[in-house]
Order: sequence, then C-alpha cells, then structure tokens
Amino acid sequence: MEQAKHIGLRENVISKLGVNPQDAIIALTYFTISFATLLIGGLLGLIQGLERAGLYSLPAGFNYYQVLSAHGLLLLVVFTATFTIGYQLANLSHSFNGLLPKVRKMIWVGIVLKVIGVVLAVTMIVLGEASVLYTFYPPLAAHPIFYIGLVLLVLGIWSVAFGVFINYRHWRKENPGQPTPILAFFAMGVFVLWFFASLGVTIEVFMIIPWVLGWVETINVMVTRTLFWWFGHTLVNIWYLVATSAWYIIVPKIVGGKHFNEKLIRLVVILLVVLNIPGGFHHQIIDPAISLSIKFLHVFMSLSIAVPSLMTAFAMFYVLEKAGRKKGGKGLFGWFKKLPWGDVRFLAPMIAMIAFIPGGAGGIVNTSNQMNQVVHNTMWVVGHFHVTVGVSVVLTFFGICYWLIPHLSKRQLTAKMNKVGVIQTWIWTIGMTIMAGSMHLAGLVGDPRRTSDTTYAGHETALSWLPYEYVFATGATLLLIGVIIQVYAVFNMMFFAPKGKTEYPVAEPEDDQPKVPMWTERWGLWAIVLLAVVAMAYVIPIVDMIVNAPPGSPPIKTW
Amino acid sequence: MSKLEEIWMTVSIGILVIFMVIVGYQTYALGMGPPSHKETIDPQEVEQTAPFDNPGLIDLGDNQYELVMTLEAFAFNPGNVEVPVGAEVEFTMTSKDVSHGIQIPGTNVNAMVLPGHIQKITQTFDEPGEYLVVCNEYCGVGHQAMFTTITVK
Repeated sequence: MEQAKHIGLRENVISKLGVNPQDAIIALTYFTISFATLLIGGLLGLIQGLERAGLYSLPAGFNYYQVLSAHGLLLLVVFTATFTIGYQLANLSHSFNGLLPKVRKMIWVGIVLKVIGVVLAVTMIVLGEASVLYTFYPPLAAHPIFYIGLVLLVLGIWSVAFGVFINYRHWRKENPGQPTPILAFFAMGVFVLWFFASLGVTIEVFMIIPWVLGWVETINVMVTRTLFWWFGHTLVNIWYLVATSAWYIIVPKIVGGKHFNEKLIRLVVILLVVLNIPGGFHHQIIDPAISLSIKFLHVFMSLSIAVPSLMTAFAMFYVLEKAGRKKGGKGLFGWFKKLPWGDVRFLAPMIAMIAFIPGGAGGIVNTSNQMNQVVHNTMWVVGHFHVTVGVSVVLTFFGICYWLIPHLSKRQLTAKMNKVGVIQTWIWTIGMTIMAGSMHLAGLVGDPRRTSDTTYAGHETALSWLPYEYVFATGATLLLIGVIIQVYAVFNMMFFAPKGKTEYPVAEPEDDQPKVPMWTERWGLWAIVLLAVVAMAYVIPIVDMIVNAPPGSPPIKTW
Repeated sequence: MSKLEEIWMTVSIGILVIFMVIVGYQTYALGMGPPSHKETIDPQEVEQTAPFDNPGLIDLGDNQYELVMTLEAFAFNPGNVEVPVGAEVEFTMTSKDVSHGIQIPGTNVNAMVLPGHIQKITQTFDEPGEYLVVCNEYCGVGHQAMFTTITVK
C-alpha cells in the first residue's frame, strides 16, 4: 500500500515535471538556429519567385542557382533538421524525465559539428563555389570544402542519433518489461530511419571527396545519383514521421480526446521506418541504365509506403470524430464544427493533416511510371513538395511551437499570441495554396523546375507559363509575411511572453486498452528488416550499375 | 482493428493494387514504360564514338526517323530540326559533360540524359507546329538558355 502510493506519486511527479531545464536549453538552442535559418531561407525563396517571374534581378555577382542552392540546403536540411532534433529531444526529456548527462554532451558536440558544417557549405555557396543545388549530382563538382561541410553536418546528426540510442537503451534497462513512452518510441523511429537514410549520402560524399581533390580521376554518375536518392527522399519522409508524432499524440490531447490504439500507432511507426528508403527510386524513373522491371518493382515499393499513411488517415479521423462527438457534435459532420478551430495548437496541425490528402495523392502520381514521365522535373514536383513539406510538415512544426516554446521558456501562450498564430496559419495556408496550386498547374503544361528564366526567347509555349509564375511570386510574398510573423512569434514566446507554466499536451490512451506489445520494441530486428528491404531494392540495380558501368566522368564546373 | 478500419484498409489497399495493375499493363502490354535504355559510352569520347560522331536526323523510310543528338552545357546538337507531320522520331541521346534532361512540353517526351549513358525515347508528331525542346535538369549557369525547337510541317 505504502509502496503503491509512492509509485503513484512518482508517476504523478514525472508527468508534471515536463522537460528538464538543461534539456530545455538544448531544445531552445536548436529552435533558435532553426528559425533564424527559416528567416534567411524564406527570404531567398521569395527572391527566387520574383526573379523567375521577371519582377526582380539579383545584384551583380549573385545568380539564381546560388540562391536556389542555399534555399534548398537551408530549408530542406537545416531548418527541418534542427527543428526535428529540438522537438524530439524535448519529447525524450519529457518521456524519460531528463536526458543522461553524457547524452547531453553528445548533443552539444552535435550542435557544434552541424553549425560548422552548415557554415562551411553555405560559405562555399555564397562564394559561388557550390552552385550545385540540393542534389549536387556529379559530375557537377563543387569546392571540396562544400562536401566537407556536408560530412560534418552528417556527423553532427549521428552524434545526436547515437545519444538518443544510448538514452533509449539506458531507459529500457532501468525499466525492464515496460514499453517506452509512445513519444520516445516515435523518437527512436525518427533517429533509426535518419541514421540508415544518411548512410547512402555518406557513401556518396566519400566517393566525391577524393574525386574533387583529384585523387581519383572519374566517378560513377549513376551510383552517386542512386545513393543520393536513398537519402534525398527519405529525408522528407523523416520530417513526415516527425509530424505524425504530433498528429497521433499531441493533437488528440488538444482536442480533448484520447490517442488511438497504441499497438497500431507503433505498427505505423515501424512500417514507416522499414519501408521508407527504397521510395527514393521514384526520382529515377526516367533515368537510363535501370531496367523496366526494376522500375516496376519500385512502383510497388514506393506505393507500399502509402499503407501506413492510410492507417494514419483512419486513426486521425476516428480520434477527431470521437472528441467532437464527446463535445456534443451531432449528425454526420456536427463533430467537425466542435473541434477547437480557434486554437492554433490544433488549427495548424489540422490543416497540415488535411494537406496530406492531396499531398499523398500527388506522391502516388509521382511514383507511377507513366505519370511520372509527364511531370518529372517540372514545376509540378516543386508544387508537390511545397504541399507535403511546406504544409503537412511545416505547419505541424509551427503549431508545435505555440505550446512547446513557452513550455521550455517557462512562459505562457497568451490569447493574443494564439490569435497571431491563427492569423499566421491562415496566411501560410493561403500563400501555399496559391503558390503550390499554380506550380502544379504550370508543371502539367510543361514549365520546367530549377530554371532561372523560362521565357526561351519568347516561344509561345514558354510565354503561356508566365501568368502562373506571377501567381508563384504572389504566393511567395504571402509566405514571406508568414515566415516573419512566425519568427516573431517564436522569439517572443522564447524571451518576452509573460512568465508562467504551459502544459505539455500528451494524450492518454483510451480506457480498457490492451497492454502494449513488447515485440514492438525490438529495434535491432527492425533495423535488420529495414536493411533487408534496402537490399531487396538496391542490390540488383547497384551491382548492375557497377558491373556495367561506362568509363566515369571527370569533375566539371559549369557555373 | 475495428470492422470499419478493416473495410477502410481493404478498400484502400485494393485501390493501390488496381493502380499497380494499371501501371504494369501500360508498361508491359502497351509498351508505355519510361525511357530506360541501357547502352553505355565513354563520356569523354562522345565525339569519336558512333553514332554521336555524326549527330543528325536519319531518315529510316516510312516516315520514321532516328534523331542522334548530343546534349552539352548549354546546347542540343543538332538544334532546330524539321520533320514532316506524322513522323515517328526515335531520339538517341547522350551527354558530353554533366547531367541533362530533355523535355518537349505538350508531348510525353521527358528523359534524363546522363554522361556515360545512351538514352532513347520515341515520339510520333501528329500535329504540325513548332515544338519547344528544353533541358529540364539543372546543368549550370546557362541552363535556362539550353533549348531548341522541333518544327513539324
């Protein structure tokens, strides 16, 4: 009796403790880097939109492809990665009642490595030595320091990932027979997938560095491309997995409901982790040197990633409907109106989830051989990832800020700041709808992506794209306004909002749920399954690309 | 798993399977698979290697043509090709330097052209007109200037 009371008290204290103050500093450091990057990257995005529509010219000495390289690297890699790490570490600290001191050290080392890496890479871009875009396809050859920067960036991420693995093992040992708290389970999924995804690009960069230094003369173009996409597409799916952790576990609490059946949530996480990497192949559907049968196999492998997402769609509507009905929503759609639309912590991730319906459908188009051929490298693709990453992921991240940052800084989310957030969310939604919508349409009529000026000497086909490009620029303008408001909100909540306590909204399971199955915790097994899926996808084509390789390509600088 | 969830997953996975069947039917039965040619070439010896030592339009008779084309920063060679209405043109292409892409808006011609690899794609031009041909893979500072036309008359 005495002991039971003691344990009950202990659990109570843990759930009220929230994030350890030392871990809060770590998370806030990550968010500071993240939102400073968002401001720069967002500004570069608007500059591109204006330049492409012919409404603005960059000053002499700078060009569109430099700006595009920096925009891609800063927003797709730095902003998202730093936000992800800050948020996942906060979740872990909350779940585990603080990180281990040695893990904190590893994380600080990770921050330093990443900052140095990003500064090196971005400096090379600014100096005009690395206008190679996010994909840096060889034989385009940037300055060696650019690739060294990328290596440091990856090492920084690994330092955090290994810290997470160590902390997870420690917790499991301390709590035998207990399933890890669900947010910590998500964090394991994120970092396991991240580690294996980054292996591809790491091998690629270690092929590139001796080549740009002149130690080897040529490089295998197909192998490097394939290794890039092993990483390049998986990365965005990691951001998506991070967003789903908030959809499954945070959103239900905010709407006053319970989270979905934990066994199924864990199954979704495991499926997203083990199935994900081969999805990268759909970026190579119209490449030479890959046979039709391999490409067809990859339609299957890419589509399989849709299965856990379909499970998520069901689960979220189930949870939301139940919460809405509990609040008195009647009829077929009455529950929908009962949801807290005026609460930014709900509104932002809700729009993010809704955006994943067209976003996911667009992804299915992109992965289907014949339709991919119609849209490959057109503005359609740019529209697609501005819906999936730019809305489904980013709006979820923005929504998380409104409770996590005041929680970490021991401040409050004021009614006024909530209103700022709601306005920001709508500006973002309208801006992205306008921009990504017109990008999709322009892509369908052939407007190519990644091109500074698409007038092509006034050819009439090219001129028909111009009206769409004016619309991109309008959307991009709204988005920059959205970025400025969001950055203001983040730093206000970090340093200036009134002192106080903010809840860490973690949903509880429904009553009478069965025990969480312990087999879901077998991460060693999931890593083996992941590698088996990767082997199934990659061994045949990569061996083929090596055995039947043409003479390689020397480094070339065409900018 | 609840009954409703079972129905939802069965229907949605069923749709994905139907989707696969359609893509497979188009690829294998209708010959609509994406460009996937597997021949290779030394990317530093393109100008000395047949058929790229003599790029141009080859008349195969019966209104069929082979267009042997090299892509380089920042040009298609040959450019400004003319073919008659109804011509079936097989593009045979390679790159002399970095990665390029060929896209003809308004048609399904869209293929990656990479150094070291020969890529093929076929298109029948049934409608007369001046078709824009663009490079749709970033290839350097003059990427936006890499375009040509195919005139069908």
